[in-house]
Amino acid sequence: MQNVGGEGDDQPAHGDAIVYGTIGDASTLIPMLASDSSSSEYANDIFDGLLEYDKTLSTLEPRLAEKWDVEDGGLKLTFHLRHDVKWTDGQPFTARDVEFGFNLIRDPATLTAYAEDYKQAKSLEVLDDWTFRVVYEKPFAPALASWGSMVVLPRHLLEGKNINNNIEFAQHPVGLGPYRFENWQRNTRFSVRSNPGYYRGWPWVEQIVYRIIPDQATQFLELQAGGIDSMTLTPLQFTRQTSTPVFARDFRKYRFVSNAYTYMGYNLDDPRFADVRVRRAFSMAVNKQEIVDAVLFGLGKPCEGPYRPGTIWTNDKLPPYPFDPGKARALLAEAGWTDSDGDGILDKDGKPFAFTILTNQGNETRLKTATIIQKRLRDIGVDVKVRVLEWSAFINDFIDKRRFEVIVLGWGLSLDPDQFDIWDSEKTGYKQFNFIDYKNKEVDDLLEKGRRTFDEAERKRIYDRFQEILYDEQPYTFLYVPEATPIVAARFHGIEAAPAGISWNFPFWYVPKGQQKYVITE
Amino acid sequence: MLSYLARRLAGFVPLLLGISLVSFSVMTLAPGSPVDLMTDLNPKASPEDRIKLEKFYGLDQPLYVQYGLWLGRVVHGDLGTSFSRDRRPVVDKILEALPITVMLNVLELALVLAFAIPIGIHSAARQYSLGDRVTTVLVFIGFATPDFWAALLAMTLFGAELNLLPISGLRSIDYPSMSLLGKIADSVKHLILPVTIAALGGLAGMSRYMRSSMLEVLRQDYVQTARAKGLEERVVLRRHALRNALLPVVTLLGLSIPGLIGGSVIAEQIFSIPGMGRLFFSSVMARDYPVVMGVLMFGAILTLLGNLAADLLYVAVDPRLRKG
Repeated sequence: MQNVGGEGDDQPAHGDAIVYGTIGDASTLIPMLASDSSSSEYANDIFDGLLEYDKTLSTLEPRLAEKWDVEDGGLKLTFHLRHDVKWTDGQPFTARDVEFGFNLIRDPATLTAYAEDYKQAKSLEVLDDWTFRVVYEKPFAPALASWGSMVVLPRHLLEGKNINNNIEFAQHPVGLGPYRFENWQRNTRFSVRSNPGYYRGWPWVEQIVYRIIPDQATQFLELQAGGIDSMTLTPLQFTRQTSTPVFARDFRKYRFVSNAYTYMGYNLDDPRFADVRVRRAFSMAVNKQEIVDAVLFGLGKPCEGPYRPGTIWTNDKLPPYPFDPGKARALLAEAGWTDSDGDGILDKDGKPFAFTILTNQGNETRLKTATIIQKRLRDIGVDVKVRVLEWSAFINDFIDKRRFEVIVLGWGLSLDPDQFDIWDSEKTGYKQFNFIDYKNKEVDDLLEKGRRTFDEAERKRIYDRFQEILYDEQPYTFLYVPEATPIVAARFHGIEAAPAGISWNFPFWYVPKGQQKYVITE
Repeated sequence: MLSYLARRLAGFVPLLLGISLVSFSVMTLAPGSPVDLMTDLNPKASPEDRIKLEKFYGLDQPLYVQYGLWLGRVVHGDLGTSFSRDRRPVVDKILEALPITVMLNVLELALVLAFAIPIGIHSAARQYSLGDRVTTVLVFIGFATPDFWAALLAMTLFGAELNLLPISGLRSIDYPSMSLLGKIADSVKHLILPVTIAALGGLAGMSRYMRSSMLEVLRQDYVQTARAKGLEERVVLRRHALRNALLPVVTLLGLSIPGLIGGSVIAEQIFSIPGMGRLFFSSVMARDYPVVMGVLMFGAILTLLGNLAADLLYVAVDPRLRKG
């Protein structure tokens, strides 16, 4: 995407504000307590991690840690922190702060939902102000990425306080990230100012303002009227409503693969779906590209496994699953499903092949996906009903109690390839995530080995094999990964869309002096 | 009069108890719990985290214990702390949203009355005239138009196309740096669209009510008498008919007092106004029990007080009710 110069200078300059439209407000600014996306988004401006994935989401890059050593096959991790980092209140950032955060997140009294990765560690030892070592019971590869911003908190401000109820810090945090907290008007807006002392350099854009606008149509009108500079477009807005000359002049649109996928999952306790031929037949009957085109207006990618297309963990050797209704029918016939009574619906032992796809309310794309699948399965003689359920009822009464035949649902993707919680045979208990009851000994072994291995090439081999098995067995019909589609005012320069999105280099975005619009006094 | 008041107020206690019990049961009967949002389908959350959270919020206790604890706090004037991660007092959240909603609804009501009463009088005085028919059609169009749609059209025209009025929110982004006059003008500008759109729907009901009430009165003997005396039509309408025709409208007003605090979810959502409707909706979706109960109890108390006020107002306006 080419930026139009022409306005004279094009040099980076300090100043200007970016105003984001966002759907919901945050609840807390302490990362380990946050459970909503706005909280994480705001906190991201204020805090920083020891390390972070690079823009291709393949390797971890140094941030607050200059480097780290993986010793004894991953049993020991030693982190060397930068010496020049200060909290915005002037206090130096040291290994003691990380130790504090580590103990805090592991403390049973702390109300966090993210403790699991840290509980894998046996101990943390501070070697000097800028060096510490973590020792694990067993090597645990996903743990490396967990040393992001979650455990970086100022000990000198929080020690001895009850973090669960510490309203003051959660609302006016002191951080060390690219921006400093400025103002928070509940349910209206939130703003931060650039931190001149940021260790990676003073960010160019002076101010970030988030305006809470719960309705996407309203956000879009605000965008046109100049009330906001950036928002996430819906597929309809991206493809149909932003092609006018005004938009081409004033805005730039970006697209990148997002970190979630949608799938059709089968209850494997149901004898009909326990037959792998039936699952393969269904996967062949569904045209994934058709779903992407119809539901997402083409703004997505069909997927064949639980990894983000375009990153190193995706097994590129697996071809797209063939769309072949004829072969699907043949497979079903092989499995004993034929239309013996001539009513157009396949049957076996006198019972027609009929079932219900469940999905949750409030997610229009999933409902549309299920509807297209319904049509495609009807084409091969399977009678499908679609039922939409309110989220809590869906989870508590249907998923947790295994009262489903087929579901259309999605998973967020973590950046680490570990998939233990979703596919391991042991994870089939109440409120656990292998609710389709998938059991495969080889997968169990691979998942266990994968999370104990630090060597990237070796891990890649493990997870490639894992994807082959999933591809062969089709416990899910993996459907698609949607794309995120942000739009940003054209005066912001330096934006680069990558697998990591566009915000990965936000501190280096800038507005040339002549194009700066405003800075808002609070 | 005082004993009447005391009796009515004493009657509130069992009523409120009943309301709170029903609200609490219905709320907890709904599937899902506040913990779900934090742990459902989050592979990073272990079952132990779930148990920990349930314990913290007291959700591991039997329902009657939870209700008892809640009631005990409320009796001492404490509505509790929100289950949301911000852990703010429920009262704070309600007092933040309440003034906004009340202000919007009072303005809306004033606008409705300002138009509905003249329209009603005019329609009744010239029943079946062209003017009557045109206003009838217009107010019904207003009534039948979905307000979210009207809102979006108005926002597109006045906000995005003409750039005359702000699209959403209650204040401009540079509000703090404005002069006093600028601030007032800014607030007024932000209120025009939401208040007008909300009033559009209410106009039909109120003006039709006014019209039929006026027609009723105009058929009365004393109006005939006034006319027979040779009074001007204007005087007959204003002095003799209007006052009596307003009585039923006053009742209607009393009944709309509780409505003043219940914001409209749709309008608040579209115009990004942080009022009671949005607060209630989001806390129901998050199963934020203390906030849900707090809002419901506020609503219940104001409804009861509203009814009482309507009764008292009625007595004040209608001399016939003062005896007996």
